[in-house]
Amino acid sequence: MKRISINPITRLEGHGTIEILLDEQGNVANTYFQVPELRGFEQFCVARRAEDMPEITSRICGVCPEAHHMAAVKALDKLFAVEPPSAAKKLRELFYMAFFVTDHTTHFYALGGPDFILGPDAPPAERNILGVVRKVGLEIGKQVMECRARNHHVIEMLGGRAIHPTAGVPGGWSKSLSEEAGAEVQAIAEKNIEFALFTLQLFDKLVLGNSAYLDLVTSEVYLHRTYSMGTVDENNRLNFYDGKIRVVDPDGHEFLKYDASEYASHIAERVEPWTYLKFPYLKKLGWKGFTDGSESGVYAATPLARLNVCDGLTTSRAQEHFERFYQTFGSRKVNGRFQPVHYRLATHWARLIELLYAAERMKELAMDPEITSPEVRNIPQRVAGEGIGCVEAPRGTLTHHYVTDENAILKRVNLVVGTTNNYAAMSMSIKRVAEKLIHGHAVIEEGLLNRVEMAFRLYDPCLSCATHSLPGSMPLIVNIRNLRGEVLKSLRRD
Amino acid sequence: MSPKPKLAIYWASSCGGCEIAFVNLHEKILEVDAQVDFVFCPCLLDTKKKDLETMEDGSIAITFFDGAIRTEENEEMAHLLRRKSQLLVAYGACAWQGGIPSLSNFHSKEDHFDTIYLSGPTIDNPGGVTPQPSTVVPEGTLRLPRFNEKVKTLAEVVEVDYFMPGCPPESQQIWKVIESIVNGCPLPPKGSVIGAGTSTVCEECAREKHDKTVKTFHRTFEMQPDPKTCLLEQGIICMGIATRDGCTALCPKVNMPCTGCYGPPQGVTDQGAKMVAALGSILDAGDYKGLTPEQLAERVDAMLDSVPDPAGTYYKYAAAGSMLGGRTA
Repeated sequence: MKRISINPITRLEGHGTIEILLDEQGNVANTYFQVPELRGFEQFCVARRAEDMPEITSRICGVCPEAHHMAAVKALDKLFAVEPPSAAKKLRELFYMAFFVTDHTTHFYALGGPDFILGPDAPPAERNILGVVRKVGLEIGKQVMECRARNHHVIEMLGGRAIHPTAGVPGGWSKSLSEEAGAEVQAIAEKNIEFALFTLQLFDKLVLGNSAYLDLVTSEVYLHRTYSMGTVDENNRLNFYDGKIRVVDPDGHEFLKYDASEYASHIAERVEPWTYLKFPYLKKLGWKGFTDGSESGVYAATPLARLNVCDGLTTSRAQEHFERFYQTFGSRKVNGRFQPVHYRLATHWARLIELLYAAERMKELAMDPEITSPEVRNIPQRVAGEGIGCVEAPRGTLTHHYVTDENAILKRVNLVVGTTNNYAAMSMSIKRVAEKLIHGHAVIEEGLLNRVEMAFRLYDPCLSCATHSLPGSMPLIVNIRNLRGEVLKSLRRD
Repeated sequence: MSPKPKLAIYWASSCGGCEIAFVNLHEKILEVDAQVDFVFCPCLLDTKKKDLETMEDGSIAITFFDGAIRTEENEEMAHLLRRKSQLLVAYGACAWQGGIPSLSNFHSKEDHFDTIYLSGPTIDNPGGVTPQPSTVVPEGTLRLPRFNEKVKTLAEVVEVDYFMPGCPPESQQIWKVIESIVNGCPLPPKGSVIGAGTSTVCEECAREKHDKTVKTFHRTFEMQPDPKTCLLEQGIICMGIATRDGCTALCPKVNMPCTGCYGPPQGVTDQGAKMVAALGSILDAGDYKGLTPEQLAERVDAMLDSVPDPAGTYYKYAAAGSMLGGRTA
């Protein structure tokens, strides 16, 4: 049997390997997206001080430390049974919006975007951020860098450090925002709105204006009808910082809506022997394998999924783009909500709509008179012993769950991270693309392999985040399966 | 015109923050691009391992290697990049001292395994399936890199020319290092720590310091510290006194303690031992008249013991590189 390996998968954060196995006829027999690395946070955080978790877990991922920092801080609010002052919640969200702007910008221009901006058939050495700068021009390249620079400046100003922030504490934030700094953040937010609108225009021109790309986006190759997950506020509008987790079925009907504290009743994780990463799925539906549809527990938690679950956005310009997005794909409104879009490559567009929303929301928060209040911290009075915190990370719903002793020393840690949510969906997308594009030993061109990689880059996978755990050395295991994939016999050499 | 020197960045068992710190050179990255030829950085470029293997040995001028050594794959890449590079820099806290992932060395492999794949609150695994180095599936055999017993530092695996501290290294420090390399400045002696100062974080911290005496320790969640006074004097375990300068004391600026990410200062090999010694010397043991030296020592020990998780606190970024050697504390 012939085997095609893509290793390492470049332009995603972390490590990953795709194995494509062909049958005698040279068609795809199966594909495996393996995550070959783990670190072990869920175990080595045990015996640590609970208050260190925002600091320690931000090291799960240097690309999205702010997301882990925030999920950890929210888990600590519960663990210490302390409610942050209103100004602290706003300050946290403001910080978080600056992070979303820079993170989504980085993805579009440096990680996922080169596939579109330069084209999937561009030479590999050109398909990177520097190639993007050469293609779109130095001026735009500089704008991208300025956008990242000014938002990292905000992150450092509010969070203490530009990477791996430190200001999150149970009950609030360690430092308030001065009037002067508040005005600076507001000016930055305004620039961010301009930049987001500009980026949406660029996407229009490069992708929506190019019929070949548009055909690729709407082709069956990148279509998966799964459940969608995301966080909504009390009016069912998109929110990144807080709210309830909503899950809609492939047709758009609400399937679940729950508080973060109930996550373990709704999410379960499957273990496979060929990868270090677990596969979460909807518990009520169960694990039915790598398959989509309303009977399968596989779900997506991505920018596209978040738009699919919400009734709309709270900011005006992002709402306009949100409506245009669904109208472009011919989605109708049913019970006040657009029917979900399942073309996975549309995730890139959804991400840019979120970029605009984050920029607009950032401005709203920066203009809020309460944002410069000195009252940003309540000191906890007791240790409740358990806390679950949830935020929308750029790559999906992120959950931290801690259990401690009465001295707030950790006894148990469970993490379901953004990218992990999408592991099954990513694996399915990869298989689909391989099946559609590889036939009868067809020559494997670099562009073809890149289209396979495109299938998961759209999820902006952060394997650094996902590989937060680690095992030991292991014996060989042999599974003998029938055609339905059921294990008939399992042999083990210990 | 002579060809531009080749520069590589590689990410082993790491979070990628070191890469982001590099990208956070912002517009200066264009200057770097003009001066050097980036050859290998899987997170941003499409160059793959096979391209690296075909390069001549020593053809990369300088490789910044971040992340600890966790898997055989990490180790393999460390050897490959060492061979291809004239200079190899252990870039960031993980490559230098193991970093936060090396806290894993305080736990057994079995415990990791059990928590992650068998007993977690969301695990649904009645068959007790765990990842295997080799799995036979209907279409063939799949392999996963085997895990080493412990997290190792880069220098435990290959020869390292320089060490660059920080979790992650601050961008202005990265720029200084790159600038001096492209300008052909004379290189410091092999084995030096670069991109940092030689003193401690206290030296660059603006908080007011008095004669330090501490009666009791407080955890950060217990109090809102005074914004101007030294945090350690207020009883918060601030690692600044046992940590190398170079970050501009960022954490204390937002009322949070230094947690030691820049590693031990010049001349100190064991950061935790340095911290414990420093704490011992500033403790106010109260009225010690009439106490024997043994009784006084006991009192000091009791105060030090009041700090929970000393290993994770004093060796947060240095468990693999420390004299603890990864033993469970």
